[in-house]
Amino acid sequence: MAQKAIREYDAKSILAKHWDKYFPDFTYAYETTMVQNGTELNEIAKTASWLNEKTLVAKPDMLFGKRGMNNLVLFRDAKPGDVSLAKASSWIDEKSSGDQSVFFSFDGETPTGEPSVDKLTHFIVEPFTPHEQSEEYYVSATCVGDDDVIYMSAEGGIAIEEDWDAKVTEIAFPITASEDEIAEQIRANVPKDVADENKANFAEFCIGFFKAYRELNFAYLEINPFVMQGNKIELLDMVAKLDDTAGFMMVEEWGDVEYPTAFGMEAKSPEVEAIEEADAKTGASLKLTLLKPEARIWTMVAGGGASVVYADTIADMAGIDDLANYGEYSGGPTTGETKFYAETLLDLMTREKDPQGRGKVMIIGGAIANFTDVAKTFTGIIQAFEVYADKMKEVNLKIYVRRGGPNYEKGLKDIKEAADRLGLYIEVYGPETHVTDIVRMALEGDK
Amino acid sequence: MNQLYTKSTQAIFWNNNKTAIQRMLDYDYTIQRETPSVAAIVAPTSNNKFDKFFFGPDEVMIPLFKTTAEAKAAQPQADVLLNFASFRTAYDVTMEALEIGGFSSMMITAEGIPERLARGMNQTAREKNVTIIGPATVGAITPGAFKVANIGGTITNIVNSKLHRAGSCGLVTRSGGLFNELSNIIAINADGIAEGVAIGGDRFVGSVFIDNLLRMEKNPEVKYMILLGEVGGTEEYKVIEAIKNGTITKPVIAWCIGTIAKYYDSGVQFGHAGASANGEMETAEYKNNAMREAGIHVPTSFNELPAMINKVFTNMNLAEIPEPSMSTVPATRRSKEFICTISDDRGEECTYAGFPISSVATPETGKGIGDVISLLWFKKQYPKWATEFIETVLKTVADHGPAVSGAHNAKVTARAGKSVVESLVTGLLTIGPRFGGAIDGAAEHFKYADDNGLNPKEFLGHMKKQGIPIPGIGHRIKSLKNPDLRVTGLMNFAADNFPATPLLDYAKTVEALTTSKKENLILNVDGTIGILMVDMWRALDYSEDEINEFIASGTLNAFFIVGRSIGFIGHVLDEKRLAMPMYRHPMDDILYQVDVAEEI
Repeated sequence: MAQKAIREYDAKSILAKHWDKYFPDFTYAYETTMVQNGTELNEIAKTASWLNEKTLVAKPDMLFGKRGMNNLVLFRDAKPGDVSLAKASSWIDEKSSGDQSVFFSFDGETPTGEPSVDKLTHFIVEPFTPHEQSEEYYVSATCVGDDDVIYMSAEGGIAIEEDWDAKVTEIAFPITASEDEIAEQIRANVPKDVADENKANFAEFCIGFFKAYRELNFAYLEINPFVMQGNKIELLDMVAKLDDTAGFMMVEEWGDVEYPTAFGMEAKSPEVEAIEEADAKTGASLKLTLLKPEARIWTMVAGGGASVVYADTIADMAGIDDLANYGEYSGGPTTGETKFYAETLLDLMTREKDPQGRGKVMIIGGAIANFTDVAKTFTGIIQAFEVYADKMKEVNLKIYVRRGGPNYEKGLKDIKEAADRLGLYIEVYGPETHVTDIVRMALEGDK
Repeated sequence: MNQLYTKSTQAIFWNNNKTAIQRMLDYDYTIQRETPSVAAIVAPTSNNKFDKFFFGPDEVMIPLFKTTAEAKAAQPQADVLLNFASFRTAYDVTMEALEIGGFSSMMITAEGIPERLARGMNQTAREKNVTIIGPATVGAITPGAFKVANIGGTITNIVNSKLHRAGSCGLVTRSGGLFNELSNIIAINADGIAEGVAIGGDRFVGSVFIDNLLRMEKNPEVKYMILLGEVGGTEEYKVIEAIKNGTITKPVIAWCIGTIAKYYDSGVQFGHAGASANGEMETAEYKNNAMREAGIHVPTSFNELPAMINKVFTNMNLAEIPEPSMSTVPATRRSKEFICTISDDRGEECTYAGFPISSVATPETGKGIGDVISLLWFKKQYPKWATEFIETVLKTVADHGPAVSGAHNAKVTARAGKSVVESLVTGLLTIGPRFGGAIDGAAEHFKYADDNGLNPKEFLGHMKKQGIPIPGIGHRIKSLKNPDLRVTGLMNFAADNFPATPLLDYAKTVEALTTSKKENLILNVDGTIGILMVDMWRALDYSEDEINEFIASGTLNAFFIVGRSIGFIGHVLDEKRLAMPMYRHPMDDILYQVDVAEEI
């Protein structure tokens, strides 16, 4: 996936790193830190004096919003703006100690839907910034259709979403828009509710913001709200996504940025991480998502399109309760890479028997390849069979193969022979069989 | 243009992806194209000038260039760029080619080009009216005319899927693998495709479904169209709109894959980078329903797609497409170790650049050794004045007495009892930068000065800075007042016969300056030959690059080698005749100064 969410702390750090380039007329103190527990915060406080000198605000930094509504922003002890370092530390320890329920949607003050339950592991801590409501503003930018769009408002805060059309000014720019055109348009379209004496400053800040959004390859960038007091800026809350395909150009600009799993999403399993790591190192493509590891139908499908068609067909014919994974390998992976991918899947699918006592099914599918050498990739799969044959038999695994493309006759013959030799159940089909027909066969073969 | 490619379309292939290029040529041969579909290859890190590929049973050479600009200049008719650069450089390659111009379409294979770059690239191409296929695609095909790289897979699969000749369907997919699969399904259930495009899996691709379908709508070969979409994006709605407003009138069959995505939250990425639904409108199910309502033929599932194609196709009752003749690519082919482009001894009589030896050898042919050199060295028929100049040069440099190092070596070797060839080569081996090299050097440096518009004074300063005396200037005894008659002869010949002598004219202005400093700093015979050779090639319309290459490859030296061999052989035969004894150099002619080696 090209667009990846990053933590608020990282978003602020990236802007701070390039502050003078984009916001030369403004100051930003960049007093912010991210910790996982109170001890860590106390440790940082030994060198970061502001943590001792100022009162603080603390909140989770885990890619979800509406933290205030969920009562997860610490800004008051006895009264607003009196949070000490000790209080922040103990609050973080308390919040990170057990599972937390977080609601992502609200109707007024009332949460709606089921909460996500997960542990809070990352917190951002910053100074409490006293300011007037009128000093809060909103700005964001993203790509809509073919254009980049900047959204600006004289009011910040959560309420903006409720009165979006009335309060937000948006301007769309084609990708080829020049800096001068952009600056001119922004200056001409400052939201009317921005006080006249602040309009010039607001425009300059938004121009710098949009330039940063474009040049630093953000896919989404939002500051809600920022506080502008003359030339002094505070970034109270930020949301950002990066276009990670630009990573190779942005090594220096982004620094050491992390793409965390969202709160409530299961952490990636070591197997998925290993596949991601292998994927990053090869010109080919290796992808794996675990949907329901205890389910009995596993797919090992070649090709980004074909893998989706197989998943669709399984969902149509068997329902998603039986589908264990989604994934694909493509772009001509080596025998070794395919072996590793197959072993990872076989390891996962042979760990436990089906609770209902049914056999497991492995769909080795694929369309007619353009250039991937089928025999070569199948050699990798066969090598994995050799390692896992006994375990495969224990879970009563049936294999259904369908593939075409360069060298497919040899690939199909090899895999059939290997399975027969190892005593594995296998059915093998070539391009004369409709691409997803093996799903039907596998399901009927069960009965 | 209503058709993406024709049977004469040629491409510049960026990156020497040999397998893909060979597949294109195998396809070309199979469908009996006259010319290979790849006209040039851009290989920035290769020093080779061409690469060999099979065209049927034979091999052809496809030229290699270091830059797209050079490739395009050499093959201006090639209006398709197949950009196989990596995701790091694909953007730069496309932008440069858009800048160069003259391309009608570009295909970009890299997956994961930074989105902002991809958007800028696509927009620039759109403004310049260039069709972009990709990024992240396997390409496109106009069956029976032109196939991009690997699309369609192996030749066997291509023929099985009827991609060797135009059918009736216009096919547009996102996925490359499913493109192949659908070609196969269409071959089985209908009569193949007339044109097909896999638009690519990245979020931002150049030409989208509607761009390709609109072109196919105008292409009379396309009778109906198939669109295979995906969850994510709203491009399918543009197609719906075009059908509703009557821009598209041909029957359309469509299916969006990714119906499974509705069961999972947006954290699960199914398929390509572009395949992620933001909102209900972008789900596969919603799009399938919307397309069905717009009158598009939408099956109930991907499994039902073949039956749907069969039904629509059968109802159209189209005339059967005749099967064209095909050539068969041999199963085993052997690459040749050597290449020869100058002569051929396979026929009745050996030829020099296409001319039988007998047609240039005897006096009544009117051909001399200059003609033979022009055929075998340059593969051209030079005009009379040029071949006569070459002969004049050979005669002029044939010998310069026994004392020069080459002749001396040849004589010493001959006196050691060695054969003609052994003696000759010892003489030839002295030819180089100091002996005979002034011809090369004069051509190189005077041409450099002239090309860069240096006036004589600046040229002298330039050479002084380089720390080399000007090659071709200076003689031991001759001067302006006592001219070298060989030089006079060459200059007179040039004046009478060359269309123009710009470099010699320049050299004379240099000579005027050098002789004003010292009497004997005249343009000598080596300099005159080197300079006039450049003038000859210029008059024969060679490009400056080609002339520079002649100089760099030592062609000028070659004239000296051939000419002077005549003299060396004369000296060797002279020694044989005289039967002189083994030569030993007199000791009193050697300065001996031998110190005892120091211990270290």
